[in-house]
Amino acid sequence: MSFPRVSRRSFRVWQRNRDVFLSLWKAELVPYAIEPLIILSALGFGLGFFIEIDELGGGSYLDFLTPGIIAAYTMFSATFECTYGSYVRMELQRTYEAIIATPVNIEDVITGEILWAATRSLMTAIAIGLVGMALGVVPSPLALLVLPMAFLMGIMFGSIAMLFTSLAPSISTFNYFFTLVVTPLYFFGGVFFPLKGLPDTLARVASFVPMSPAVNIVRALYGGQLHPGLVWDLLYILAIALTFFTLSLVSMRRRLIK
Amino acid sequence: MDRKSPVVEARNLVKRYGDFLAVDNIDFSVDQGECFGFLGPNGAGKTSTLRMIGCVSPLSGGELLVGGMSVTGDVRAIKAMLGVVPQTENLDPDLTVWQNLMVYARYFDTPRKLALERAEEALEFMQLQDRKGSPIGILSDGMKRRLLIARALINQPRVVILDEPTTGLDPQARHLVWQKLDNLRSQGTSLLLSTHYMEEATRLCDRVVIIFRGKIIARGRPGDLVARYAGEEVLELRLGPGEKPGLAAKIKDLGVASVEVGDTLYLFGGGGEALRGRLGVDAARAVLRPSTLEDVFLLLTGRGLEE
Repeated sequence: MSFPRVSRRSFRVWQRNRDVFLSLWKAELVPYAIEPLIILSALGFGLGFFIEIDELGGGSYLDFLTPGIIAAYTMFSATFECTYGSYVRMELQRTYEAIIATPVNIEDVITGEILWAATRSLMTAIAIGLVGMALGVVPSPLALLVLPMAFLMGIMFGSIAMLFTSLAPSISTFNYFFTLVVTPLYFFGGVFFPLKGLPDTLARVASFVPMSPAVNIVRALYGGQLHPGLVWDLLYILAIALTFFTLSLVSMRRRLIK
Repeated sequence: MDRKSPVVEARNLVKRYGDFLAVDNIDFSVDQGECFGFLGPNGAGKTSTLRMIGCVSPLSGGELLVGGMSVTGDVRAIKAMLGVVPQTENLDPDLTVWQNLMVYARYFDTPRKLALERAEEALEFMQLQDRKGSPIGILSDGMKRRLLIARALINQPRVVILDEPTTGLDPQARHLVWQKLDNLRSQGTSLLLSTHYMEEATRLCDRVVIIFRGKIIARGRPGDLVARYAGEEVLELRLGPGEKPGLAAKIKDLGVASVEVGDTLYLFGGGGEALRGRLGVDAARAVLRPSTLEDVFLLLTGRGLEE
């Protein structure tokens, strides 16, 4: 089997999704700001009442939580886009079928979809960052690097979701994905608490879920405290992203080109 | 390009899905500028053939050239010269009528200025100018089909592939689509269409192949096929209970070609009124009418087209 043939035409699919987003932006934009506002204020202020953090230079729980929520929501944005969004376009609207009748091939379509998912992750990261600032979370200047990282994480989480979508027999199958993959990543990826608080075995397992390196990186960039371990986190994310991206292309071709 | 050179050429074309043989070793060639029809009942292999021509379904065997290029080679170059009207509507419901055309033009890398011109032209041609801003959801089925055709024209294709272009349309919408397809062909565009409506094939197609269970069982100009297989007229007899055995024997003696579908007996090869008289069937239960392509299909397969 040859490596999937992706071309610059995947940008055409990205443009299609952007155009749809722009014509629906009023409906899309509000949840972007409201949901992180609810989470950050409820958990950050509410739960933060009980929590004192010594290790991170005495910052508040909200300071700890905000970068974690940014990483987590890059996952949610990309995942919703590449599960329900992509499935609806593929099966119900037959949009993929319409596009692959043109010089755009199926690998371009899937790549465009994942790039768009990553774009949404980036937009989400920005929205949460702004909400965080409004609530008094001031990041280090290094936090600007969160932007390209959010895009990369979007590619990783979008590709994982896309692989599942390529195998999903029906739209209700996504319940499994959210329960068995997304929820554990959300709660055991170090978003809400440091992994070392977990029992040893669980902590070791949790360090391998792809959310953990994402949270490590965003948190380090937010606090401006870089350390060599982050290189491994980055390589781990790149490896997962590339693996699942390739698998999703192969699997989608298998599903759709018969 | 030579007008008479083939724009699509298939040799020993085969399509298999697992154990199921959908297209069984067929040959055909379509000339530039002609309307070529694939006729057959549902499941005969028409859509599989069109999908292979559209480069979205790999061949299981044989050879297929489109515009002189093999579909196993540079697929993007082939798809750039095709327009595809699918059987199931797949307009982009997240976009308006106008956006559907403009976004589709972008998939072909059409420069924006050119796309604007072509989108206007296509809408005007398909009589949808006043629907520009409409969302897809409010269009009637006939308008959706016309928009699908307009969309397929956005890259000024040399070949337009239409998979059952009028299935499900009311007669008025169907005639409008036919008229537009006629216009297209007279402008030199090749049309490849699949249909199970014999009337449609007769009206539109220069040449047809009749496909049955993956094989081509007849080919030619619609008029020639009718003359060759079914003759000028068909005698249709509505049989009463118990009448069949007696008639069957008489028909055999007369050596007349016949097909039985349900309670109707079709008799071919002329003979008309006189034949009815000799068979002793009441005139009220007999119809003498001109033969059509449908009769050719009946005669060749022993069954009706639409189940």
